[in-house]
Amino acid sequence: MPNSGFNVLLSVNNLRRLALGLCGTLEIAMISVVISVVLGVFYGLLMTKKNRFIYVLCRVYLDAFRIVPILVWLFLLFFGSAIVFHTDLDGVTVSVIIFSMWGTAEMGDIVRGTVSSIPTHQWQSAQALGLTQWQVHRFVIIPQALRRIAPSAINLITRMVKTTSLVVFVGVTEILRVGKQIIEFNMMKNPMASFWIYGFIFFVYFLICYPISKFSKKLEKKWSY
Amino acid sequence: MSSKTGEVILEIEGLKKYYDQKAVLDGINLSIKRGEVAVVIGPSGCGKTTLLKCVNGLEAHQEGSIRVDGKEVGSDDFSWIAARQKIGMVFQSYDLFPHMTVIDNILLGPVQVQRRDRAEVTLQADALLERVGLADRRGDYPRQLSGGQKQRIAIVRALCMNPDIMLFDEVTASLDPEMVREVLDVMLGLARQGMTMLIVTHEMEFAKAVADRIIFMDGGVIAEESDAKTFFKSPATERARRFLNTFYFE
Repeated sequence: MPNSGFNVLLSVNNLRRLALGLCGTLEIAMISVVISVVLGVFYGLLMTKKNRFIYVLCRVYLDAFRIVPILVWLFLLFFGSAIVFHTDLDGVTVSVIIFSMWGTAEMGDIVRGTVSSIPTHQWQSAQALGLTQWQVHRFVIIPQALRRIAPSAINLITRMVKTTSLVVFVGVTEILRVGKQIIEFNMMKNPMASFWIYGFIFFVYFLICYPISKFSKKLEKKWSY
Repeated sequence: MSSKTGEVILEIEGLKKYYDQKAVLDGINLSIKRGEVAVVIGPSGCGKTTLLKCVNGLEAHQEGSIRVDGKEVGSDDFSWIAARQKIGMVFQSYDLFPHMTVIDNILLGPVQVQRRDRAEVTLQADALLERVGLADRRGDYPRQLSGGQKQRIAIVRALCMNPDIMLFDEVTASLDPEMVREVLDVMLGLARQGMTMLIVTHEMEFAKAVADRIIFMDGGVIAEESDAKTFFKSPATERARRFLNTFYFE
């Protein structure tokens, strides 16, 4: 049988290493997503306040993450922290910080957009019942916003999961890096290994992100009123 | 409701409201007695809706005072939050909360704001729903209801707070014509039971039928004020005459 390179995937050791790499990916993604969602809600509500100064500040922050590539941010903090603060942040910490900052900005913008899309008469009729500012948020605005937010928030989550592949550049052992190592190790024996390994990783990303986006579709249906 | 009929429940004095430099309300004086039904009419942009929104603080006024039951609203010991529990309001847009069922829409204020017992409020809500003919819709979502039904629910929601006075802001203006009647009938019923009401409307026949007093506004002031019969038969001012004429085709 000609050596197709497929057998690199059949090695238990290789699979175990890829799985560990996947854990690295998911760890960074999950921590960042949780932080982003929580902080993003506050950030977004802050942006809906009609304070010009706060709004401009928030806008600058958001655009800083939109305009500058995430990879540049990762490098900036990874190498910058050593030079400026004389602390050595490890790759995982740097990644979680940058991904959370980015996610918070994007999530905030989603929350802002959704909250301001809720018609003013919803505010007024809630206020007319004597509800306090907080109660209006809690019972009327946030429940409606949540339903509208779900699709774009979940879209953001899948984007974040995908983008974690960048952390390979700050030395984090995640699935892509492990794959590269296996490919390099097998280069001589199995020139086709790269095809199978990257193909496998492709499949893994798909397996993670596809159910998330399916779930979002389902929520959208269930929550439509 | 009717035990203290006759005493002044709402008193507005020298109310002024500006948008930028322009006066939308230019010194409104108005007092409503308990059990009275006052209907505000006037051309578009005359300040009717703004007046109602000022009365429950959805719009801030710049000068003058609003007293409910003798207490000045917006002062330290009588906040807008407290005042709004005494002032029910129904809006032009059907403004039910779309993510809540009919009964949850109604219970929100009494349970969360007034901290009343859920079971007790539910009893009252069901009775009120029965009265407006919608007892069987209590578990529905607003999207399942017609415009007229939504508006009747909105009235029940406001009533369930046991307000001293109800404000109606052109509540039939965005309804299909065949649904106007069912809403007006509910309001007429309320009036007969002695509910104090301040109504903004463009339905002149309804105004004639329901009003104890007509308040004709024009250009941010009350241009004329009289009982319904007098007003529609022989309005005192030229402005009111011209306004009334726009409703007839001859």
